[in-house]
Amino acid sequence: MTDWIDIGTLADIPLRGARTVHIAGEREIAVFRTGDDQVFALINECPHKKGPLSQGIVHGHSVACPLHNWTIALKTGEAQGADKGCTPTVAVRMDGDRILIARPEPARAAA
Amino acid sequence: MEFQVRDDSGTDARDDVPVPFEDVREHLVVIGNGMAGCRAVEELLARDAGRYRVTIFGAEPHVNYNRIMLSPVLAGEKTFDQIVINDAAWYADNGIELIAGDPVAKIDRAAKTVASRSGRTVHYDRLLIATGSDPFIIPVPGKDLPGVISFRDMKDVDAMLEAAGRGGDAVVIGGGLLGLEAAHGLSLRGMKVTVIHLMDTLMERQLDEAAGWLLKSALEARGQTILTGANTAEIYGEGRVEGVRLKDGRDIPASLVVMAVGIRPATALARDAGLAVNRGILVDDHMVTSDPAILAVGECVEHDGNVYGLVAPLWDMCRSLADGLTDRHSGYRGSVTSTKLKVAGLDVFSAGDFSGGEGCEDIVLRDASRGVYKRVVVKDDRIVGAVLYGDTADGGWYFDLLRREENIADIRDLLIFGQAFAAGGGALDPKAAVAALSDDAEICGCNGVSKGQIVDCIEKGAGSLDAVRATCKASASCGSCTVLVENLLSVVLGEEVKASPKTLCKCTSFTHDDVRREIVAQSMRSIPEVMQRLHWTTPDGCASCRPALNYYLLCALPGDYRDDQQSRFVNERMHANIQKDGTYSVVPRMWGGLTNPRELRAIADVVEKYNAPMVKVTGGQRLDIFGIRGEDLPAVWADLNAAGMVSGHAYGKSLRTVKTCVGSEWCRFGTQDSTGLGVKTERMTWGSWMPHKFKIAVSGCPRNCAEATIKDFGIVCVDSGYELHVGGNGGIHVRATDLLCKVSTEQEALDYCAAFIQLYREEARYLERTAPWIERVGVDYVKSRIVEDDAGREALRARFLYSQSFCQDDPWAERAAGARADLHQPLHPIAIAAE
Repeated sequence: MTDWIDIGTLADIPLRGARTVHIAGEREIAVFRTGDDQVFALINECPHKKGPLSQGIVHGHSVACPLHNWTIALKTGEAQGADKGCTPTVAVRMDGDRILIARPEPARAAA
Repeated sequence: MEFQVRDDSGTDARDDVPVPFEDVREHLVVIGNGMAGCRAVEELLARDAGRYRVTIFGAEPHVNYNRIMLSPVLAGEKTFDQIVINDAAWYADNGIELIAGDPVAKIDRAAKTVASRSGRTVHYDRLLIATGSDPFIIPVPGKDLPGVISFRDMKDVDAMLEAAGRGGDAVVIGGGLLGLEAAHGLSLRGMKVTVIHLMDTLMERQLDEAAGWLLKSALEARGQTILTGANTAEIYGEGRVEGVRLKDGRDIPASLVVMAVGIRPATALARDAGLAVNRGILVDDHMVTSDPAILAVGECVEHDGNVYGLVAPLWDMCRSLADGLTDRHSGYRGSVTSTKLKVAGLDVFSAGDFSGGEGCEDIVLRDASRGVYKRVVVKDDRIVGAVLYGDTADGGWYFDLLRREENIADIRDLLIFGQAFAAGGGALDPKAAVAALSDDAEICGCNGVSKGQIVDCIEKGAGSLDAVRATCKASASCGSCTVLVENLLSVVLGEEVKASPKTLCKCTSFTHDDVRREIVAQSMRSIPEVMQRLHWTTPDGCASCRPALNYYLLCALPGDYRDDQQSRFVNERMHANIQKDGTYSVVPRMWGGLTNPRELRAIADVVEKYNAPMVKVTGGQRLDIFGIRGEDLPAVWADLNAAGMVSGHAYGKSLRTVKTCVGSEWCRFGTQDSTGLGVKTERMTWGSWMPHKFKIAVSGCPRNCAEATIKDFGIVCVDSGYELHVGGNGGIHVRATDLLCKVSTEQEALDYCAAFIQLYREEARYLERTAPWIERVGVDYVKSRIVEDDAGREALRARFLYSQSFCQDDPWAERAAGARADLHQPLHPIAIAAE
C-alpha cells in the first residue's frame, strides 16, 4: 500500500524548475517540472556531494546539479555521462492537475 | 502500390504507350527487414541500383533499425529514432516496397511465391531469406507466464521499460553479452536486478575466468546481484511471474524475468519449404541455398559449418551476396569475430580463440589498481586470440593483427603493452596508430565500416565527423569509435580539422560566435526561437547553452528581452552564493569598499538574527555573511535594504566589486581621489550582466595597493592623470593587465571604462573572462576600438549606459517585497490520502 501525499498543483512548480517538499521524518524531496510538463521527484541530494538538485538547471528530463554540474536523470536518479552515482527516486502521479508523491515505504526509508 | 510482375516481361505492352506500372526488372523479395536483409539491399543498391525491383517483408511494424543498439535504448542513452538505420524516405527514394508488420508465413518454391500472414501473395524471381534468429527459451515450468520476456526486438524493450516504470525486482537469466546489457539497462531504469548464469564465468564464450571475475566484481559494485553456477528450476507465479526458483532451492522474487540465454537461427520457413537446413540454412560461398533462386544471409544461415550470432559477419556475407547478385562472385570465406560489451564504463573486448591448447602461449598483463587485465594468445608467432578488460584501446589493433595473421615475432616483447609501445618510441601519436591500420581494418563495429571506406568517404568530400556519420555511418551508432574517425579525418585532411572551432555545446553544431551573429542578424527574441531557427538537437538545451543564450539575448536586446530565470545558474536566480551545504552567502554592496556605522550595524544584526555562523572580509573589500538558508534570504535582504544597502552581485557573471585604496584624501603618497573615482565607477557599472565576472580596482598611486593590475579593468592614478589597464586576472592562471592608454581626467577614465565593458559584453564568448578574450583577439584590437576610434568608443559607451538604464534596480528589493516567493519557499503537503 502506498501513501500518496498531495503536494500542490502543476502551476506551483516553475516550468523547467523545481520545488522542495519537507515531510516529517524524511529527507527533503525535490519535485521537478520539465519543459514538456512532466513531473518527477527525487531526494534533494546529488549522489556526488549532496548538492540540492532542486536548485539546478532543468533541461530535457535531466537536472544539472548546482554544485559541480553533474547531470542527473530525473526518471532514474542516475548520474549521466562519465559520473557514477544514483539519487533515490520518489514515485509521483498526477490526479488532474494535482501532484501526488508517494511517501517512501518505512522499510526503504533508510535505503 | 502493388502489382504483379509478368515473367514474359514486356511482351504484351508494345503499342508505344508508356505503361507506368510496367516493371520489367527481376523481382527480389526479401524476408526480413532487419540488419542483414537491409544491409544486403544496401550493398546491392551500391553496386547496381536499378537492377532489381525490391520488396521487403518485415515482421516488426518498424523501418529498419540497428538491433544491436537496443541496449542503449533500454539504458536510456538513445531513443528509437536515433537507432533507425534507414528511415521511410530511404525505402521511397530507392523504390523499395516495405511490407512491415506482416511476416511471411509460407514459401511456395514451385510457384515462386511467398504468402504473408495476412494472406498477401507476392511472386519472386529471387528470394532472400534474412529471418535472423529467435531467442532460445529454456523449457522450464512457468516460461510462458506474463512478465517473462526475451530481449530481441523493440517490442521486448518496450515491455522492459514498462515493467521498469513500475520498479521492483527483475531477474535476467543468462550472463552473456545480451543478458548483461539487459541487466545494465534495467538497473539504470531503477530495477533491482539479479543475473542468473548457468556457467561459473560470465560471458564464458567471450571471456576467460580472470576477465569474467573482474566483470562480475564490477557489476556487483554497481548494485547488481550476480549468481553464477546457478541453474533455473522453474519460474513461478499466480497468473503473472512472481519469481524464479533455482535447482539448489534458492528463491528469487521478480516481477520481470528476461530470458537471455542465447539465440538460435530462425529456420522454420526454410525447413517447411524443403530447403537444406542443418543448424542454420545451408548456404554456399555466394549465400545461395539448396534452391538456386533462393539466397539466405545473416544469423539464420550456416556457412561451412559455422553459425554466427554477432553483427560483424553480416557485413562480409552481405558483400559477397551482393557481388553474387550482380555477377561479380567474390565469395564469402567465413568470419573471425570480436566482441565488445556495450555497458557504459565497463570496457570488455575479446576476439578469436583464447581457450589455449597445444602450442599456444599466453602473454598476460595485470594492473590491479587500474583494474586492467590483458591477455593475448599467440600460436606460431601469430595472434590467435585476445581478451582485454579495463583498457580496450588496443582491441582493434590486436584484432587486425589476428585477422591478417601477421607474424608478431619482432614485436612480441612489447606486444602486450599495445600498439604505442610495440611500434617503438613509447607514447605513439594516436593518428599514426590509426594511419598504420590496414585498409580493411574495421573501425565502426556497429555499422561494419572499414578504415578504407571511411578514408574513401572523407576523400570524396565528407570533411567533418557529422559528414562522415551521414555518409558512411561510421561512428553514427554507439559512438565508441568517434576518436578513431576524428583521427582518420585529420590523417586524411591534415591539421585543418583540428582547427575547426568548438561548438557552443553538444546541442548545436554552431559556435558561440555563429550563434551571437545569427541572433542579431535574424533579430531573434527568445531562447526557444534561437533553438528552433538554429536546429538545436535537444528539446530545451542543456545547462551549458541555456545560460549562454539567455546572456546573448539579454545583451542584444537591452530593456526588451525578458530574462529567463530558469536558464540562470542558481546563484543568479537566488541572488546569493550557494555553498557546499546548500545554504547561501550574502554580500551587500559597499560602494568602492566604503562603509559606515549604520551599514555595519545592520550587517551585525542580520548575523545575529539569522544565526549566520561566519562573517568574512572578501578579497574585493566587502563583508560576506555565510550560512543563510534559502527561505530566509528575502527577510535578510529586507533588513539590509532598510539600512540602504543593495545586492553586491557577488554571485553573478556581472560587475562584482570596485576595489580602492584610500587615495589622496588620506594617503601621503596618493596622487588622485582613488576612493571617490572608485565609488563613481561602481555607481556607473553595478548591475550589468557580462559574459563572466568582472572586477575593477582603482589605485591612488603606482604603489598600486588596490592591485589594479590583476583586475579586468584597473585604474592607476599618477600625478598627470590615470593609467587604464585591462585584461588582468588572479585565479588559476594569473595574468597581469595590458596597458590600454593613459587619460588625463576622471570623466575620460569613466568613459573608457564604459566603452571597454561594452566591447567585452558584445564580443567575448559567454564564460570567457577578459584575460583569455584579450589573449584571443589581441590588445591591439582592443586599442583600435577603444583608443583609436573616438566615435566608436563613444557609441560603445552610449550603448553601455542605455543598457544600464534597465539594469540598476536592486534585485533584492523586489524579492524582499514578495516577488518569486516560490523560489524561496518549499511546497506544503496539504492532504494525506492512503490508497
